[in-house]
Amino acid sequence: MATEAAQEPKSPPALQTVEVRGFYKDYGRQRAVADVSLTLRAGQLTALLGENGAGKSTLLGALATLIRPTRGQVLYDGSTAEAWSPLALRKCLGVLSHEPRCYTDLSARENLLFFGRLYGAFADAAALTAACAQKLVEVGLQRAADRPARTLSRGMLQRLAIARTLLPRPQLLLLDEPYTGLDRDGVALLSRLMAAERERGAIVVVISHDLDALGPLCDQVAVLLHGRLRAHAEFTPGTCDGAALLRLYQQASAAGAEPGGGKLRRAEPRS
Amino acid sequence: MLLWKDVRVELRAGELIYATLLFAIIIVLLFSFSFLGGAPPTVEVMAGVLWVALSLSGMLGISRSFEREREADTLRALLLAPVERSALYLSKLLSVSLLMLLLCAVVVPALCLLFGMQVGDAGAWGRLILLLTLGIIGFAAVAALFGASLGRARVREVLLPLLVYPLVVPVLLAGARGTYAILYGTPESLDDAARWLKFLLVFDSLAVMGGLWLFEPLCATE
Repeated sequence: MATEAAQEPKSPPALQTVEVRGFYKDYGRQRAVADVSLTLRAGQLTALLGENGAGKSTLLGALATLIRPTRGQVLYDGSTAEAWSPLALRKCLGVLSHEPRCYTDLSARENLLFFGRLYGAFADAAALTAACAQKLVEVGLQRAADRPARTLSRGMLQRLAIARTLLPRPQLLLLDEPYTGLDRDGVALLSRLMAAERERGAIVVVISHDLDALGPLCDQVAVLLHGRLRAHAEFTPGTCDGAALLRLYQQASAAGAEPGGGKLRRAEPRS
Repeated sequence: MLLWKDVRVELRAGELIYATLLFAIIIVLLFSFSFLGGAPPTVEVMAGVLWVALSLSGMLGISRSFEREREADTLRALLLAPVERSALYLSKLLSVSLLMLLLCAVVVPALCLLFGMQVGDAGAWGRLILLLTLGIIGFAAVAALFGASLGRARVREVLLPLLVYPLVVPVLLAGARGTYAILYGTPESLDDAARWLKFLLVFDSLAVMGGLWLFEPLCATE
């Protein structure tokens, strides 16, 4: 019991809401995102859907403080990123991107130890070591823990990236195509882990095209098309599924194709 | 911790060490061939060859070091971590400096062997080591700043030397002149060497302070 308590990471500041207000992002003369407003809450999983180039990753980058809005704001508990201490805000962030972002010449365990230390999330080295071992078991990499990451398959690297992202228990979890490279077991494992993070009270934002896997986890869905928010819906837990997401996406696409279409729509009201 | 990671990664991969060492030896060999059969090279030439070999192979190492971070996108992971940007900058500066000091351990003996370079007594060796260390820190302070901040810029491999070399001209000049003064070994030239050492100390202080100040805004956001 005492060991388990020692393994618990020191909690990052409890972020309760992240609000995107009138967000625009231009790259030169190219507008990537236009007029997106969205509120993300603790204990909710939000799915960002949209075709390639719709601006989902740009929005995720802005939430991760990596991309500065051309216009509009991203507010973390009501304050802009500039009002926060940069270290305190980054401590809240867990970002999983297309790339595994792991050192390929280090082993899976060394990668976790390095990033765990970097986040300073554990009381001491023993707690960190134990937490890394536990995380490796959770993602099914215990047998490959001491192999250099470059010898791992794409799916195993993705599992390592998931472990690296979740290890410091971030309060704002931003996952860009997290199912990439995962086999059927990996998909189920990731869904379980995301559900656990949501239950813990984290704000979870996921970009994925795997609607069937993501559907049952969603509390909120936002559909972006051509950089604009074309649809938005909230669901009570357990009422969403892949079919509902697909329906919402198709409705948004149809509305986006119509002249004057693209108003915010609510596909399924929260009951 | 960040420095430990860089050293550990390099010890495993060995990619940078071997490539840059080999490149430095090739440069010294090419220069030695160009003087084959002619008059023996002067100490000015030796000092020049030393700093040309160091700066060219050092740039190769620095460029590759940052490229490796970008290939796996680990640089982004570091920028997202709750770590002071100054710590990231200093760790890169130190790891690049370590690599270049290792280069010195090969280039200087190669010059002694192929060019007949004679450094003199222990005091001269001490001054040369100090001069090389200060020169390398100045070079690395500038290169680490631009190496990290070029981000995903296109043609960054070309941009890095284009940005760094003009800014490190004072380092190369002071390094070559200081080395010449140390190798020459007269009391007057040693006074001259002391002046170049002081110059490098001032340059390093300014370059490191500038790097610490500029690293955050240059790496901040897209």
